[in-house]
Amino acid sequence: MRLTFTVNGRQETADDVWEGESLLYVLRERVGLPGSKNACEQGECGSCTVYLDGITVCACLVAAGQAEGREIRTVEGLADGDRLDAVQEAFVECGAVQCGFCTPGLVVQAHDLIERIPRPSDAEIREALAGNLCRCTGYEKILDAVRLAATRKAGIR
Amino acid sequence: MDFLRPATWAEALAAKADRPEVVPIQGGTDMMVELNFDVRRPAGLLDLNRVAELSEWSSEPDGRLRVGAGVSYARLISELGDRLPGLAQASRTVGSPQIRNRGTVGGNLGAASPAGDSHPPLLATGAVVEVESAGGGVRMIPAAEFYLGVKRSALEPDELIRAFWMSPASGPQYFSKVGTRNAMVIAVCSFAIALHPGERRVGTGIGSAAPTPRRAVAAEEFLAAELDWEARLDPAVLGRFGELASEAASPIDDVRGTAEYRRHAIAVMARRTLTWAWNEFRSGHFERRAG
Repeated sequence: MRLTFTVNGRQETADDVWEGESLLYVLRERVGLPGSKNACEQGECGSCTVYLDGITVCACLVAAGQAEGREIRTVEGLADGDRLDAVQEAFVECGAVQCGFCTPGLVVQAHDLIERIPRPSDAEIREALAGNLCRCTGYEKILDAVRLAATRKAGIR
Repeated sequence: MDFLRPATWAEALAAKADRPEVVPIQGGTDMMVELNFDVRRPAGLLDLNRVAELSEWSSEPDGRLRVGAGVSYARLISELGDRLPGLAQASRTVGSPQIRNRGTVGGNLGAASPAGDSHPPLLATGAVVEVESAGGGVRMIPAAEFYLGVKRSALEPDELIRAFWMSPASGPQYFSKVGTRNAMVIAVCSFAIALHPGERRVGTGIGSAAPTPRRAVAAEEFLAAELDWEARLDPAVLGRFGELASEAASPIDDVRGTAEYRRHAIAVMARRTLTWAWNEFRSGHFERRAG
């Protein structure tokens, strides 16, 4: 089937999409956006987190056809041209990235948290990121990065 | 495989009548796992996301809430958590924020897994499931009659789940679930309780400890007969309630836990949730919040 949807502000059309395919597969293999990672394929790890009409979801658990006509925002759509989003910048500065596989999902989920709750408590950060697994960092530097990004974004506002 | 995209409820019912073998999906959080791992290859998917009325809820003239099958757990928590506290507690334990943004009670009912988190509070509160088919019209199925077996429900092949009906809480409600961590956990077993002080009655629901979610009927009848609503909770009554709840379960050994552990845990959770609910009831906190 043909799929037409908006990704990071651009209209995209994908052809020959299999009806049982996931949105994640379409993004990575048909639209050329490999930022969202394919890890568990069962919603356990959060590495494929994207915005679907403004709400964060696991792209591996959205059927491709469900994205028809809808707006997707992936990790590739967070930066403003060459300028990284404050969450991305904070991840780099805090050393919240090791192998990097979980990073795109964590960045999108943290971005959403700070949009909804500009100054989240530690408990709120942990709850928001409970569905994003990282096997390298031990999470402490990720928490540092989210706190730093929230502080900076609050300053900008 | 086909991918059917009805735009209205009437179209969805017509599609299901015409192609009863297609599998309806709402959030997709359950079905997509099976597709990704190629453990199931249905003839088609019936995407219900575009049927707008499924994602709405309303207060009905009889005082009950009618909640569309497509209302996400996240919205249940934020929009109805005050009126449906037991279901909201259970909803908070579903998966992760991303899963709760997509997953629905309608999908939980459709899958009819004994481990589904919404089932125990639906049972404890006496919820009713509204289903419909193009040929047969609407059927209202009490939750206690909905679950027939492991992943089997009273839903006919041509029927779709439209909504569930639930009364706003008339007393404290609690949910408890055993798992290896607080997030991303499928229940080893779970228990829900709902106090109905006006009727001097307590509702229960057991999850993941029998082929289907089920009420602990003997435990409910015991409390209806023995609970003194004007007094502190009698430890002997509390202990017996836990025993009867545990006896209502018929668990199995599996990868998540043993039958013996589940029987033990159900008794603990039954005592614990009744204590929480009783403390809230006796403190008058519930009336203050509701008033």
